[in-house]
Amino acid sequence: MVSITIDGKNFEVDEDNNLLQECLSHAMDLPYFCWHPSMGSVGSCRQCAVIEYADDNDEKGRLVMACMTSPREGGRYSLKGARKFRAQAIESIMINHPHDCPVCEEGGECHLQDMTVMSGHAYRRYDGKKKTHNNQYLGPFINHEMNRCITCYRCVRYYKDYAGGTDFSVQASHDNTYFGRWQEGAYESEFSGNLVEVCPTGVFTDKPFAKNYVRKWDLQTSPSVCTGCGVGCNTNPGERYGTLRRIVNRFNDEVNGYFLCDKGRFGAGYVNSEQRIPVSMTRDSHEADPVQIEPDAAKQALKDAAKGAIGIASPRASMEANFALRELVGEDSFYAGISAKELGMLNSIIDIYQNRPVNIANIKDIENSDAVLILGEDITNTAARMALAVRQSVKNLGRQMGADLNFPNWHDAAIRTLAMDRKSPLYILSPHATRLDDVAKSVHISSAAQSARIGLAIAHAIDNSAPAVKGLSKEEQSLVDEIAGTLKGAKQALIISGTSSMEPALLEAAANVATALNDGDSKANLALAVPESNSLGLALMMQGNEKALEQAMSSGSKKAIVLENDLYRRAASADVDTFIDGLEQLAVLDSLKNRTGEQANLVLAAATFAESSGTFVNYEGRAQHYYSTFKAVDSIRSSVSWLSDKSLNELNAECAAALPHCAELTHLTPGEGYNFAGLKAPRQPHRYSGRTAMRANINVHEPKQEQDENGVMVYSMEGVPAIKDASVFNSPWAPGWNSNQSVFKFQEFAGGPLKQGNQGKRLLENNVKDKPWYEPEIAGDSDNGFKVFPIYHLFGSEELSAFTPAIQEKATSAYIALNPADAEKLGLHSTDGVQVEHNGAVPFILRNSIAAGTVGVAVGLSGLNFRNIPGSIALDKAEDWQSPDNWKAANIIVSDRSAESGKGSAS
Amino acid sequence: MTDLIASTALKARQLTEEEIHDIEHEKTHYPYAQAVGLEALKIVQKYQGWVSDESLLAVSEYLDIPPDELEGVATFFNMIFRQPVGKNVILLCDSVACWMLGCDDLQAHITKTLGINYGETTDDDMFTLIPVPCLGDCDRAPSMMVGRELYRNLTTEKIDQIIAEYKSKA
Amino acid sequence: MSVTNPLTKNIEDGRDPLSFKEYQAAGGYQSLDKAMKMSPRDVMGQVKDAGLGGRGGAGFNTGLKWSFSPEPDGGPRYLVVNADEMEPGTFKDRLLMEKDPHLLIEGMITSSYALSATTAYIFLRGEYTLAEERLLKAIDEAYTAGMLGQNIQGTDFSLDLYLHTSAGRYICGEETALINALEGKRANPRFKPPFPQVSGLWGRPTLVNNVETICNIPGILTHGVEWFKNLGLGDECGTRISGVSGRVKNPGCWEMPVGTTFRTLLEDYAGGMQDGYELKAFLPGGGSTDFLLPEHLDLPMIPGDVAKAGSRLGTSLIMVLDDKTCPVGCVRNLIKFFAHESCGWCTPCRDGLPWVEHILNKMEEGTGEMKDIEILQEMCGYMGPGNTFCALAPGAAEPLQSSLKYFMDEYEEHVKHGCKYKSH
Repeated sequence: MVSITIDGKNFEVDEDNNLLQECLSHAMDLPYFCWHPSMGSVGSCRQCAVIEYADDNDEKGRLVMACMTSPREGGRYSLKGARKFRAQAIESIMINHPHDCPVCEEGGECHLQDMTVMSGHAYRRYDGKKKTHNNQYLGPFINHEMNRCITCYRCVRYYKDYAGGTDFSVQASHDNTYFGRWQEGAYESEFSGNLVEVCPTGVFTDKPFAKNYVRKWDLQTSPSVCTGCGVGCNTNPGERYGTLRRIVNRFNDEVNGYFLCDKGRFGAGYVNSEQRIPVSMTRDSHEADPVQIEPDAAKQALKDAAKGAIGIASPRASMEANFALRELVGEDSFYAGISAKELGMLNSIIDIYQNRPVNIANIKDIENSDAVLILGEDITNTAARMALAVRQSVKNLGRQMGADLNFPNWHDAAIRTLAMDRKSPLYILSPHATRLDDVAKSVHISSAAQSARIGLAIAHAIDNSAPAVKGLSKEEQSLVDEIAGTLKGAKQALIISGTSSMEPALLEAAANVATALNDGDSKANLALAVPESNSLGLALMMQGNEKALEQAMSSGSKKAIVLENDLYRRAASADVDTFIDGLEQLAVLDSLKNRTGEQANLVLAAATFAESSGTFVNYEGRAQHYYSTFKAVDSIRSSVSWLSDKSLNELNAECAAALPHCAELTHLTPGEGYNFAGLKAPRQPHRYSGRTAMRANINVHEPKQEQDENGVMVYSMEGVPAIKDASVFNSPWAPGWNSNQSVFKFQEFAGGPLKQGNQGKRLLENNVKDKPWYEPEIAGDSDNGFKVFPIYHLFGSEELSAFTPAIQEKATSAYIALNPADAEKLGLHSTDGVQVEHNGAVPFILRNSIAAGTVGVAVGLSGLNFRNIPGSIALDKAEDWQSPDNWKAANIIVSDRSAESGKGSAS
Repeated sequence: MTDLIASTALKARQLTEEEIHDIEHEKTHYPYAQAVGLEALKIVQKYQGWVSDESLLAVSEYLDIPPDELEGVATFFNMIFRQPVGKNVILLCDSVACWMLGCDDLQAHITKTLGINYGETTDDDMFTLIPVPCLGDCDRAPSMMVGRELYRNLTTEKIDQIIAEYKSKA
Repeated sequence: MSVTNPLTKNIEDGRDPLSFKEYQAAGGYQSLDKAMKMSPRDVMGQVKDAGLGGRGGAGFNTGLKWSFSPEPDGGPRYLVVNADEMEPGTFKDRLLMEKDPHLLIEGMITSSYALSATTAYIFLRGEYTLAEERLLKAIDEAYTAGMLGQNIQGTDFSLDLYLHTSAGRYICGEETALINALEGKRANPRFKPPFPQVSGLWGRPTLVNNVETICNIPGILTHGVEWFKNLGLGDECGTRISGVSGRVKNPGCWEMPVGTTFRTLLEDYAGGMQDGYELKAFLPGGGSTDFLLPEHLDLPMIPGDVAKAGSRLGTSLIMVLDDKTCPVGCVRNLIKFFAHESCGWCTPCRDGLPWVEHILNKMEEGTGEMKDIEILQEMCGYMGPGNTFCALAPGAAEPLQSSLKYFMDEYEEHVKHGCKYKSH
């Protein structure tokens, strides 16, 4: 810390931060555009100018950009002194801006609007013509309106430098500078949506939102958690007139920082889907037509159905809903609703996190690691936010090189120049090329089982008390030695794996490597990806209860209640058919129509995350509470309220008491008695308009304020924002700061963690000192047929987001991926289809990166049920083949090209 | 299968042997392929007259530089032509010394003679007229280049001669 | 007999440049032998002692600039010669490269030795096609003669030298923008610090020097520091190329002792104004310098003296504004150039210059207003030194602010009656 003076006032500031950051941290309104806390400084926009004085006698000082200035001990600065320059800068920035705020999606939450006012530009003197540009089609997610651009370079720095995208650039120059793709087309980056928030004005806007637009101040919002995968990114959904309009990022320093993946941002449109179940339905027999049933009668019917029924839980339903089901049917009749193998792997993760000397890595830990090993998990598609974090981790070498030359950490351009292509090491073991290969030191193509063997061997090479592995090739052994040496030499190594390959030994191998790296003082980082938003929560609920879906289906029970779960995605279709055929009574609670629900006697219209509150446990064992954004129509109710008469708080308390590891569930919200000066936290901003008018067509009387499930927030503009509690941190706003940039007002320092701490509580921790080893038995690969491995897609593989139109545009139908040599052997031509054993016929693609004799099968896409596919299959050319309508090969973005040309290696 | 990646239907042009030879020669001068990107575009332009989308894609694939990156560089520099130009590109200096000595009149004269304004190409694809910032020939102003040839101390008569010369060469 | 015109001694009108052999026979390539008898640091010291100011426009002591490079660490180090001559009114490097390419190459080899550089580049303006051909030939000759490549002259010193031709951007004259261009990137300048000496080309130590600066190195090493110091007039060191363009009798550039006055240059070398034209003002060293008036003609061409008169010596190639040429139009032409050549990185330059251009267009078209003059005044301060990312916009502001200072009446006349200089 150093002492400085700004306009005569003394401040203690951190000399490792830049002066802009420190001014913002100390509540000064210093305008800026190009600086971003996650991307550092480049000094381009000139908006954060201040005066720096050489010494006490200096009266004139010199103009400097605060973002490019390291505060120095005794330094004297003035914001006031540069006010005129800042006004001039904004005036010239605005000469070509179209001033189309009334029709601009950014209006009302526009950083440019805020900065223009803040900098004092209110009168326009430029009387020349404005520059105009052509806009581009950028895909289903993002609109392009280049005329609004103020050339701050944030977009290109985010897309290319931060997120590693290659299909976007800055073009032309002087006042004709253009930001776009070289040819029109959909963005390839999985993180393109962050442009919407990174752009300080309306050049890049949320396309689905624009089609169904309202101003920010008319959105009812709540603190929420993404349902797209197991990372649990914090989101801020917005609603108006009963439809979900959009999702924006909600800052959480440890989980998602400032950024979401495109599935998270654009994948929640299923809330408004026509496939929603709007009312509860019932029927007497499988053959009868379902008839509508009133909510109260439906709830009674469910109660009746519960007698003697088994309950099948869900990894995408909240802790509270799952626990309510458990209460309803009793612990003995409560089943996980996922396969035994998946449950076993999740249990294995819990065991590792609890009983191995490892540090459970959050997203920030991932970013801060300086050597990374990914074992058989395609995180770009299964836990995308993790992949963005890994991209940051490889930059640590450059940061270190900069630090050695005393470059400050925020000096983004200088550090990139210095580092050139030198990166912190990233090793990837995968059955196919992945989208992270371009930053990897080396990529080794091997099956999950073989990757597990190599992982175990790495652990042994690091610590020879770990079990050894025999039978590795010479090439594999030298890879093992290289990786072991690199991880050992790292300051903070990170191992990433996950469940998607369905190979339990991978998790244990990852655990062994992390364990081997433990030298008593420091723990290695370990992150294990899980498939769904509450997978780990479900597994925690099943502790001491090994009952998986297979056991449920073979229980012989004649009655079942299925909670938010399409069983056809969990097991082979024939097995599910047999199970359902044997039932006398099937009750399903779900929000969207699916094959399981179609066969039910009783379907209860369940709320989505947007219309209900609850808790998810993410991949790191972090329990995070989400608040409903809006109240659904009366016929749609949360699963909890269908299953139970208890409040969320009561259920949480009972769950905490009943289950190990779950004590913290009672501390996730400030509790029912919460108030601030007698007021609850509002969901609506204080400028929310139309309160008395928006329902006038129904009833001129303003309705009573809707009751909240948690007793913390209200569906109203009345109340006091819960600034003291991160779990209730809603859409940020501060006077003069209407855009998302206002979040710094709630951070410990600009860019730092929230003042109130981070949302969520870790349920799993370890304090293990010894080094226990796993000794998994890994089955040999059979020689019959093609060895199958799963391929996941960010867009399409996940069940709920696949109902969203924008995601469907980016998705494709099921396919298989083959090595070109194998395709030739099978006599396949590019227009052919492939007959998959026990399955239908699907199209295929060729990928150079996958090993001969293996076949990648797309998971979750329509056209194949991956669970129907055994470990090895026979393939044949399909007869009379016609490709499905939604077969869009161009939507499959792979990185095989870079792997082929050797770009993946850091030569 | 590389065609899965490109979200564009464009196909790269096959680089000629001369182009590849020249690019390979330039590669020996720099430790990183990216440095050769602009050189390669110039090489393509030397042989093709301009840099078409197909050419840009060809260079992109040959050097493994994303086309977007190359486009950013290509459109930054004045002398990379991303639109077709005539066989002879007239670079007329319009900076201060030439301006003082009448380059505007010369431009008017060329425009009248050839029927092309700045940025335009004659119908027979013989000439393209482009303004160029100071050619560093101010003591012999006004100056212009046609292709790689420099012409100085220009008058309208001299310009007529030069144009006639190029026309007769065709 | 000692040499008094080291930069142009091999240059004769109408003659092709000397070949390697001829150049060597004329006393060339001796500086390297002398340098290699010293340590690199000592060579650097000699250059510093000689008081050689950079000839690219900024005038910073070359040896001092060199001395900021860190000790060699075994990795690559670079010398880059800035031959991207594009400053309006500047045509001296063209002469040196077209007429005596070996002088530059010798200077580069000797400088590379002093800097422990492993690779040297000439960053040449693409439009300089004749210089390109002649430099390529000379580089080939030097390689063949063993002056370049591995183990030069049987020593441990190795150097590769390559010619890079650019594709036209004034901003490449800024050394960090030049480095980005050489790396194949958009030529936006980089923030300093870090200085290129520490982290330049591909993040490695790099020195960027102007052609004429490097052409001075062989003389300093061959003939010694004292000789170099004695070349200048008074306390000044060395010679430099100065020249004149515009309506003078004999435009051109010549080597002359540092300290020569503008009057000597204009009247003795360039033969004075053409008949019928009077000197109204002049830009002392390129388009990015402030106008000076006839009353300043007796100033010596020394950076300090010119600064005192309110301008910069810049490249010391002067451009005369005669009484029949519109000063506002002249400034408009300059501003149009700078606005077009702005790289688009920082706001005052990217958005300020086009605004100024717009106002000057109004002036010339007769639609200017008095309030526009106020805006022009304001813009000079806005785009001034320290306010922008690099020196482009502050340079562009110099002719603007000095024209407002000296020719305000002309601006007001333009607002009232439009431009009276319709032909010249």
